[in-house]
Amino acid sequence: MTLDSKTPGGPIETRWDRHRFNLKLVNPANKRKHRLIVVGSGLAGASAAASLAELGYKISCFCFQDSPRRAHSIAAQGGINAAKNYHNDGDSVYRLFYDTVKGGDFRSRESNVYRLAEISVRIIDQCVAQGVPFAREYSGYLDNRSFGGAQVSRTFYARGQTGQQLLLGAYQALERQIGQGNVQMFPRTEMLDLIVVDGRARGIVTRNLITGAIQTHIADAVVLGTGGYGNVYYLSTNAKGSNATAIWRAHKRGALFANPCYTQIHPTCIPVSGEYQSKLTLMSESLRNDGRVWVPLVRRDVRPPAKIPEAERDYYLERKYPSFGNLVPRDVASRNAKAVCDEGRGVGESGLAVYLDFRDAIQRLGRHVIRERYGNLFDMYQRITGENPYETPMRIYPAIHYTMGGLWVDYNLMSTIPGLYVIGEANFSDHGANRLGASALMQGLADGYFVLPATIGDYLASNKFEAIAADHPAIKDAENQVTCITRRLLETKGTRSVDSFHRALGKLVWDYCGMSRNAEGLQHALSRIPEMREQFWREVRVLGTGEELNQSLEKAGRVADFFELAELMCIDALHRNESCGGHFREEYQTPDGEAARDDEHYAYVAAWEFHGVGNAPELHREPLTFEYVHPTQRSYK
Amino acid sequence: MRLILHIWRQRNRSEKGRMVRYEVPNVNQDMSFLEMLDVLNEDLIARGEDPVAFDHDCREGICGMCGFMINGVAHGPLRGTTVCQLHMRHFRDGEELYLEPWRARAFPIIKDLAVDRGAFDRLIAAGGYISVSTGSAPDGNAILVPKENADRAMDAAACIGCGACVAMCPNASASLFMGAKITHLGLLPQGQTERLGRVRSMVAQSVAEGFGHCTSIGECEAVCPKDIKLEVIARMNGDFLRATWNGRGALRDDEAEVSDKPLAGSRQ
Repeated sequence: MTLDSKTPGGPIETRWDRHRFNLKLVNPANKRKHRLIVVGSGLAGASAAASLAELGYKISCFCFQDSPRRAHSIAAQGGINAAKNYHNDGDSVYRLFYDTVKGGDFRSRESNVYRLAEISVRIIDQCVAQGVPFAREYSGYLDNRSFGGAQVSRTFYARGQTGQQLLLGAYQALERQIGQGNVQMFPRTEMLDLIVVDGRARGIVTRNLITGAIQTHIADAVVLGTGGYGNVYYLSTNAKGSNATAIWRAHKRGALFANPCYTQIHPTCIPVSGEYQSKLTLMSESLRNDGRVWVPLVRRDVRPPAKIPEAERDYYLERKYPSFGNLVPRDVASRNAKAVCDEGRGVGESGLAVYLDFRDAIQRLGRHVIRERYGNLFDMYQRITGENPYETPMRIYPAIHYTMGGLWVDYNLMSTIPGLYVIGEANFSDHGANRLGASALMQGLADGYFVLPATIGDYLASNKFEAIAADHPAIKDAENQVTCITRRLLETKGTRSVDSFHRALGKLVWDYCGMSRNAEGLQHALSRIPEMREQFWREVRVLGTGEELNQSLEKAGRVADFFELAELMCIDALHRNESCGGHFREEYQTPDGEAARDDEHYAYVAAWEFHGVGNAPELHREPLTFEYVHPTQRSYK
Repeated sequence: MRLILHIWRQRNRSEKGRMVRYEVPNVNQDMSFLEMLDVLNEDLIARGEDPVAFDHDCREGICGMCGFMINGVAHGPLRGTTVCQLHMRHFRDGEELYLEPWRARAFPIIKDLAVDRGAFDRLIAAGGYISVSTGSAPDGNAILVPKENADRAMDAAACIGCGACVAMCPNASASLFMGAKITHLGLLPQGQTERLGRVRSMVAQSVAEGFGHCTSIGECEAVCPKDIKLEVIARMNGDFLRATWNGRGALRDDEAEVSDKPLAGSRQ
């Protein structure tokens, strides 16, 4: 298989324009004859479903939650980037492009990133028109802030609830189309398999989570906007329901999975407090704009933070990275937090935390300003920990937050299965090996509002879509697969709960394929995962039946997929003998402990082909070339 | 600490439900309420009993998926907090707690503590949006919004659609939920064009869904995890009056029966 990224050539500034002109269009009168499936209703899925319906296509949209408004995009706090240059501080489309390629540690496609930066400005316009209540200045103009590693103010925000407000904007656009009859919505419905007919994606098999009914849905194309796979780690900032089942089962049907080892650790999360912990809560990294990160200078200093004098504090980010200070990118901030904790200088009961201190900002700006900027985050912190961050520094620690890897897609966002499109976090496309803050919302909405609606028409206009009989072998096969898995999970009748397996898998992957990795650890994980997976299928206990709301059964299917995906993540991490972005291999670092890339051997996208559970996957390489932003070692000093 | 829970167990809509007593020993005060239920469920699974079904997803108080009554109060005793963000340090050792699902005709039960809140989506589909198709927006700064209005719109837009307001209201009214959306959009210049039509169709839809009317009791505001204020209902009522008095927005005869008309869109 050769991977054709379909990336246009020529000057980068005009690639997307020229590409769009060359795409075929679907006659307006024919659009309503095409039914398209959109799985997922987050920023990418909801914006795509709404925009496609506005164009005239008939849409079936699916989500496992009780409403499309619940998708986990809703939890994004900090903001969304756009190269508006409203602040006249030197921002431009080119600079956002440059920052994103560099921030991604030179492991993304230049063409995709440029397009993302270009579209960013239109996203803001669209969202403002929808009524998203972005923060304003007293003049009534849109306010911006600088965010996570950017030296310009290009982040638009709605208090600490930017993701919520953008999602509600997309959700409302989607509901408008549902009300008009252009979108048929299937909440509490989970996609469990992809139907591939004659090599093309033509539908999905779903389970109705209330009745348990297994249903088939046929369409002319399938779009997956089902988010990332951070819940492999059990403890992550993802929602409890976030899962990889849709993309993993599409992978098993032939879609290549790209860069699975590129996972992002977010530096500012509330630390783990006990065994019962069910998830981790992120504190927006916008907090690093005003908070200062520090640990005590000496090990195991158990004094309360207020009793530690200034001279005995180590503001290690400001010390090591004088020009970026507390605003270094996420991977750098996370690794440094781990390093000081590994030295024994971590704080809190577990010793796995660092301080994020607002004392100086409160003195400088006043409590009311800090409350206005971060009030809801401070409240959330206090609710969870019982501590008041206005009085005592927050304790934070890194946690899995985002996955840059995902299904491989070309410039049109189509996977290696014709007719299967993948958008948002579910694809691998724009962030390379590390995503910059406030870029996930931008990418999800760019894909859904602007890219996919333009590119999908080309596929629809270039192909014929014959009717598929209900007893077509491809449909029967997919339905059988789904029924078999469900039956097997229910009939195992073992002794251990699904969560206990998930927790064990998560810990293993976190320990050996988490914030830093090495060959020995990855080999250990690769020997353990198949054993644990077999044990899962022997000993898992799922009570109840398949014909009712059965939350254990739902989880069991997802965890079964995580067991397979975890193996691929470790294989990918082991094969990539370099450090880049979120993938930090201990063997490959510069003398001062920064990630050492190997551009000569690893400047490619690693796209893996599935050859059966337990069989070695096959590696396909898409070489990455950099015509505009020349690879350098990232330096934030 | 140790807790006694009485939980509403009901297999599905057609079977009768009942309260069942459970003991949860070894509750840690730093657990969230849902983590405490996770511990109970793990224990039930180990004993071969059906775990308690409850809706939840983000567990950071923003998705709006979780929620049930604790001792008759939606989301429990802590103000401005969803059950996923309610921590056990707010309870006492040996305390007895009664957990029940949201009860409202418009929110039919699914199982145990999970209910169907699809009616909220249909309220939004009836008009809780600004009709702007992708691509037609002017530059973001072409629309100026006074900071005070943007802030107040954001206050109302913070609603997470959890349904606590309906569950707590003796009339099972969705007025706080609708008022929040009507206020959010109505405070912005972008939302003016459709303002009167929006309130009319949303109110008509709420009647069709079986939500009650607001009689200004204020229980909704008291339990709202996002502190949405009663004034959003006053704004909705104001808009509704304007819509019905103003010739443009008046109900036509053929719309009087709108309550029986299903929405054009369908949901399965």
